[in-house]
Amino acid sequence: MVRGCARRRQCDILLRVPTRDLLVVGAGVVGAACAYYAAKAGLTVTVVDRGAVAGGTTGAGEGNLLVSDKEPGAELDLALLSARLWRDLAAEHGDEVEYEAKGGLVVAATAPGMAGLERLAAHQRAAGVRAEVVAATDLRDLEPHLAPGLAGGMFYPQDAQVQPMLAAAHLLRAARDRHGARLWTGVTVTGVTRAGDRVTGVRTDRGDIAAGAVVNAAGTWGGEIAALAGVRVPVLPRRGFILVTEPLPPMIRHKVYAAEYVGDVASDSAGLETSPVVEGTKAGTVLIGASRERVGFDRTLSTVVLRRLAAQAIALFPVLADVAAIRTYCGFRPYCPDHLPVIGPDPRAPGLLHACGHEGAGIGLAAATGHLLAQVLTGADPALDLSPFRPDRFAEVPS
Amino acid sequence: MTRDLAVIGAGPAGLAAAVTAAATGLRVVLVDAGARPGGQYFRHPPDTLAGPRGAARHGWAEFARLRDELAGHVAAGRITHLAGHAVWHVEAHSEEADARFTLHLGGTGSVAVSSGAVREVRARALVIAAGAHDRPLPFPGWDLPGVLTAGGAQALLKGSLVVAGRRVVVAGTGPFLLPVAAGLASAGARVEGVFEANRPGRFARHGARVLRNAGKLAEGAGYAAVLLRHRVPYRVGHAIVAAHGDDAVESVTVARLDRDWTPVRGGERVIECDAVAVGYGFTPQLEIPVELGCATRVDADGSLVVVVDAAQRTSVPGVYAAGETTGVGGAPLALTEGRLAGQAVAAALGAPPARPSRRLLARRARLRAFAATLHDAYAVRPGWAGWLRPDTLVCRCEEVPYGRLDEAVRELGAIDPRAAKLISRAGMGWCQGRICGYPTACLTARIRKRAPDVADLTGLARRPLAQPVRLGDLAEDPAAGGAEDADGADPGGGGPC
Amino acid sequence: MTTAQSREPSGAMRPDPEPFEIIFAGRPVPVLPGQTVGAALHASGIRSWRTTRENGRPRGLFCGIGVCFDCLVTVNGDPSRRACLIEARPGDVVTTQEGGGHDA
Repeated sequence: MVRGCARRRQCDILLRVPTRDLLVVGAGVVGAACAYYAAKAGLTVTVVDRGAVAGGTTGAGEGNLLVSDKEPGAELDLALLSARLWRDLAAEHGDEVEYEAKGGLVVAATAPGMAGLERLAAHQRAAGVRAEVVAATDLRDLEPHLAPGLAGGMFYPQDAQVQPMLAAAHLLRAARDRHGARLWTGVTVTGVTRAGDRVTGVRTDRGDIAAGAVVNAAGTWGGEIAALAGVRVPVLPRRGFILVTEPLPPMIRHKVYAAEYVGDVASDSAGLETSPVVEGTKAGTVLIGASRERVGFDRTLSTVVLRRLAAQAIALFPVLADVAAIRTYCGFRPYCPDHLPVIGPDPRAPGLLHACGHEGAGIGLAAATGHLLAQVLTGADPALDLSPFRPDRFAEVPS
Repeated sequence: MTRDLAVIGAGPAGLAAAVTAAATGLRVVLVDAGARPGGQYFRHPPDTLAGPRGAARHGWAEFARLRDELAGHVAAGRITHLAGHAVWHVEAHSEEADARFTLHLGGTGSVAVSSGAVREVRARALVIAAGAHDRPLPFPGWDLPGVLTAGGAQALLKGSLVVAGRRVVVAGTGPFLLPVAAGLASAGARVEGVFEANRPGRFARHGARVLRNAGKLAEGAGYAAVLLRHRVPYRVGHAIVAAHGDDAVESVTVARLDRDWTPVRGGERVIECDAVAVGYGFTPQLEIPVELGCATRVDADGSLVVVVDAAQRTSVPGVYAAGETTGVGGAPLALTEGRLAGQAVAAALGAPPARPSRRLLARRARLRAFAATLHDAYAVRPGWAGWLRPDTLVCRCEEVPYGRLDEAVRELGAIDPRAAKLISRAGMGWCQGRICGYPTACLTARIRKRAPDVADLTGLARRPLAQPVRLGDLAEDPAAGGAEDADGADPGGGGPC
Repeated sequence: MTTAQSREPSGAMRPDPEPFEIIFAGRPVPVLPGQTVGAALHASGIRSWRTTRENGRPRGLFCGIGVCFDCLVTVNGDPSRRACLIEARPGDVVTTQEGGGHDA
């Protein structure tokens, strides 16, 4: 079986030196999930981050756990696994991380748009996604404040949401308090230590830390950590702005977005793309996205982006016109050229594993990522074929 | 609208900057959220409201002169005064652009801006004179109705001629407590006491500096005389450590403090009251300079302030700052800095300054030294954290108790105030940390066993939207001359693939 | 509650302009022209006009200058106005605000 071979190949790389201790670089939600599942599996885990918990892209996320926005393929399989794992996590930590199985509603303005939604949903259903057609006349039963005149929608009951900062913080706390993991914040990784080819730990501004294996969960900065180990992992920032409204009574019940969002997620354009994504939160605020542009790490507020986000949100929910935005922030999605994350052992640097490049889906995909890496690290068969996510899949750049 | 200079804030500093620049021939736009010029210091009721004009108030004559000058420049078309306009963002364009700055103005909440409102202003230079607001410290019960900031009680009196309560307790630190208490007592309230947490007797060792500022002292002596006349007790080394009541404040616990503001055992008593005016200094409004990238520092009073050079220039070309924005120092210093900023802008834009500024430079140096002396005498001491209980709210908007903030920092990896905010939600509500930012930064740093630094304070001072903006106003691009283009506003559009 | 007007010892007094009323929670509240909604309510002994989302606690004026957003109130149907900033107009209908203000 092809998948089995790939799995064995990946595991072999690690099992040359069996490891009981793991160092995770990055205390965002992906690093937290890696630490949680590895520590739960019995590994001795240390997490380091140059800043605070959830101080990078996690702290700028909306906390989406989505299957609806993914086309069939490796990422959707990962998302479906993650959705199951998040449900399990929610059974224990649901209130702490503000888990809400709210469901996602994708709406189409036109009949051709609706036909496109139905085609996508048919493919998704074959992969295990639950998707229910919502007739135009029924849209307002789901979302009373939706604009009139929409052609219809698709409801995805598996879509959920967590508060991403709390998710990272509580997964790390559970890893520490229940499974003995250690968390060192304010520690900057400056290099890796090696024995021959093999990565044996990291150098930090507070001294060296030895480890049987090192997980690169540095998110948007994952490429820099990889470079310290002499390998190339092309993770680039893709900026997104979010507008946050004043706290409101529950007005918007689901994550609601327009059909073209799926296209934007998968787009390669460097230019500005915006599509309306609107959702309420347990805190009462409504989050309004989404924009995508490749402008490096520039944090300058863009009024062009904000105006488009506001206009598109109002087009979906006219009631928002009289609501105040009280805050905006931007974050940098860790983006790889093929829009897939990098997950698994790096054959070019034995002892180094990657868990980064999840673009805008890191919160959702974190659980599966951590779970799969823990399987790899303990010599178990990973629940999914990791080859689509392998770190050495990118063409080398001619020097 | 495009002007040579845009001034943000029509308090003492902004007014002085605007009229000084206009006098050299520059075309100025003065943008202010208030309905009338004067800012917080020269707050006055509208003409419809009978009552004291400013005659009795310190510095009123100078303000009246500035207001007349402003009226003259407005009449002559040199100054456009946009009252009732809040700036929600300032955009900086490339240095080659003729008008480097675009000020985005808007409504301040859920009501659409009126059709006559200006939405966008462009300018070649910018003076930020946004002023400051009260800096309260949390204590159990500080969220009870009837507990006001000292400035809030003052604004009620000065702006609407309403006395905060029948029996009022004034507390906090700093010389500002005196005019507040004197104003309340003169207006008929029974002021149960003024509780100054510091022991400003220490002030005496700065004798020489104090003497050079005899004007300020005389002002203080005047307030003291009013308090004496109304038999208002003034106690140093005391603070309100709790307020009590069900749905409004009914009493407060006042405690004697040691030097670090830790309550002294047995030094507590309960005072009945129906209002409280409390303030521990001021917090400059820094969202615009922080977002523009202006260098900041922690001032002697613990506030984040903008770094300026001798000409009131910030680290960002074309951006000047004056008044409390550069360090809390009171109206006379703000006026002086505003004049200097106006002259510097005029010089930079090629207009000759109206008069030599050596006198102003000397005055600024003297007033800054005096402000530093006051900051030293009326510093916030760390023992206030001991007034808090786990259920005491730190963030009023999001109702975040101290225990949750403590948990975020100790248990959940929030090692800096920004992370503490994201994880505990302190500072995430309506006020966006304007009120709780300083205490949250101090408490987070304290739990981490260090003093708050620039990064700590910036973590809760960064507000890319400087004011709430109605989404409907945001959606309309004034530059486009109408609604958003149809493509951008279409919720559906293309198919998914 | 008294207003400062009658007690202030100094400053030029002018003839009283005509007071008017606004309606708060169904009852009339007197206003002197130029007063803010928050000041008029406070002067009438009304200390709170909003409850918080989490704990349902009462809130009224705090900072008094538009910074703290504690005094949010619904005026003539517009929710979440800052009572300390908005000048009262004759006949204004002011209603209490629970939680987020806007209708669900």
